Amino acid sequence: MRLTFREVMLGVRRSPLLSTLSVVTIAFSLFAFGLFGLLVLNVDRALRGVEEHVEIVAFLADGTLPESISAAMGDISAFPEVARVDQVSPEQALARARAELPEFQDVFDASFLPPSLEVRLKEGHRDPATVKDVTQRIQTYPFVDDVRYGEDWVKKLYDIRNIAGAAGIALGLLFAAVAVIIIGTTIRMTVLARSREISIMRLVGATDGFVRRPFLIDGFLKGLIGGLLALLLTWGANYLISHNLIQTVFFDPGIAFLGVLGGGIIGLLGSALSVGRHLRRA
Amino acid sequence: MIRFSHVVKEYPRTGLALNDVTFRVNKGEFAFLTGPSGAGKSTILRLVIVEERPTAGEVRVSGSLTSGLPRGEIPRLRRRIGVVFQDFRLLEDRTAEENIAFALEVTGAPREGIPARVSRLLTQVGLASKGTSYPKELSGGEQQRVAIARALVNDPVLLVADEPTGNLDDRATRGVFQLLRDINAAGTAVLMATHNLELVKRNTYRVIEVNRGQLVFDSADGNGGAATVTSSTPA
Ligand SMILES: Nc1ncnc2c1ncn2[C@@H]1O[C@H](COP(=O)(O)OP(=O)(O)OP(=O)(O)O)[C@@H](O)[C@H]1O
Ligand SMILES: [Mg+2]
Repeated sequence: MRLTFREVMLGVRRSPLLSTLSVVTIAFSLFAFGLFGLLVLNVDRALRGVEEHVEIVAFLADGTLPESISAAMGDISAFPEVARVDQVSPEQALARARAELPEFQDVFDASFLPPSLEVRLKEGHRDPATVKDVTQRIQTYPFVDDVRYGEDWVKKLYDIRNIAGAAGIALGLLFAAVAVIIIGTTIRMTVLARSREISIMRLVGATDGFVRRPFLIDGFLKGLIGGLLALLLTWGANYLISHNLIQTVFFDPGIAFLGVLGGGIIGLLGSALSVGRHLRRA
Repeated sequence: MIRFSHVVKEYPRTGLALNDVTFRVNKGEFAFLTGPSGAGKSTILRLVIVEERPTAGEVRVSGSLTSGLPRGEIPRLRRRIGVVFQDFRLLEDRTAEENIAFALEVTGAPREGIPARVSRLLTQVGLASKGTSYPKELSGGEQQRVAIARALVNDPVLLVADEPTGNLDDRATRGVFQLLRDINAAGTAVLMATHNLELVKRNTYRVIEVNRGQLVFDSADGNGGAATVTSSTPA
């Protein structure tokens, strides 16, 4: 182990520029993941808040028989996506409207407002597609006049989240690929600079694993440092946004740790590829 | 110890380097490998240390058939073989001691035992006082002794030497050669490729001669003795 560390430090001293470059690219790759990850995380949280209010309102035709209504309520609450169905009478609707819009107290009249059913969906079934699907099923009842559900901006939030997620993954992967190549090149320079040592090691009977280990540790450590740097950058960005724009949440420690570890794995991958190639050739 | 049977070695670009070579070297034996430049001596040694594998035929070293030997098994075999080259192959940024210790470290020897083992080896090769010198600060003969000490770290059953005296003057040659004889006397088989016919003639060790990839003479086959080295070797 002592030998290994000495060799890692030697490698850094021999090619400080490339070493820095590999750490920085890994940091940027993970920073891209991190920023978009934060966006997804926070949009998701906002969506959950909105979703809790998502409900489908089915306005019923005048004169619908109470038996038909309760039969429909039974049917609808049996839908697997549905959490609850409430009937709202014109009187209740009027009271609510007056409470919400006190200026127009006198304008409202019970006869304006049709009776309705309010349908709440279970958590996990509040995405636009499911809402639309359930809405369509409710619409098939002949006595249902009109169905309304969550506004367009729910869908918009979903789109933002999905686009941000995809962009984050694409950009992060691109950076990660670049990082693997750069770290592979760095390690290869070190391997070449030490090819004499390596050939002697193999001559006296060192195993491939032993020859490979210091390079793998080198790559892994550079990756970890890059990961930590990315975490710091992401945290800094989050801090700035949180304090200047809107309140946001940060990754929990487990996810942050996985991200840093991801850097280590990128580094490991890069060096494994380049050392493997060298050893197989010799 | 070493057993070549009908070995053919073809290199991708230069073609046939060995053609139907058959010989064996026994446990504890000392054998010279001679022949003109390009004859295939180094190729034979590279086949022995499994740096190359035969194109056809069989190479057996210390009981292992090298053609079928998995990559992962090569290190174990190499630890039983010491190797020495004309150009010493020492690490310039390490002292004599460190060069020897390096071979122990990288083959996973227990750390505590290394210093004692290194100093014993230095004494054995006659360099007890030069342990902290860098290769630059040593003469050719001394550098080769360090390389030999390094080759001995794992008590090899076989020492393979490719022109170990090729870069040395007469005096250093004699010293290094005497060291190889001592090592052989202690039970290690030695296969030594050399151009130095004086050295070959002055000794009665076995001589295997190759020319253009073929074995043209083996003193163990015929009337024995190094004095009868064949035509291609000037008198
Ligand atoms: N790695 C290689 N790749 C291709 N051809 C090679 C390689 N090594 C040796 N050869 C060829 O194989 C033949 C034998 O070479 P080898 O090195 O075994 O000769 P040698 O007897 O050791 O010569 P010398 O006395 O000059 O060291 C030569 O024709 C050489 O060109
Ligand atoms: Mg040669």
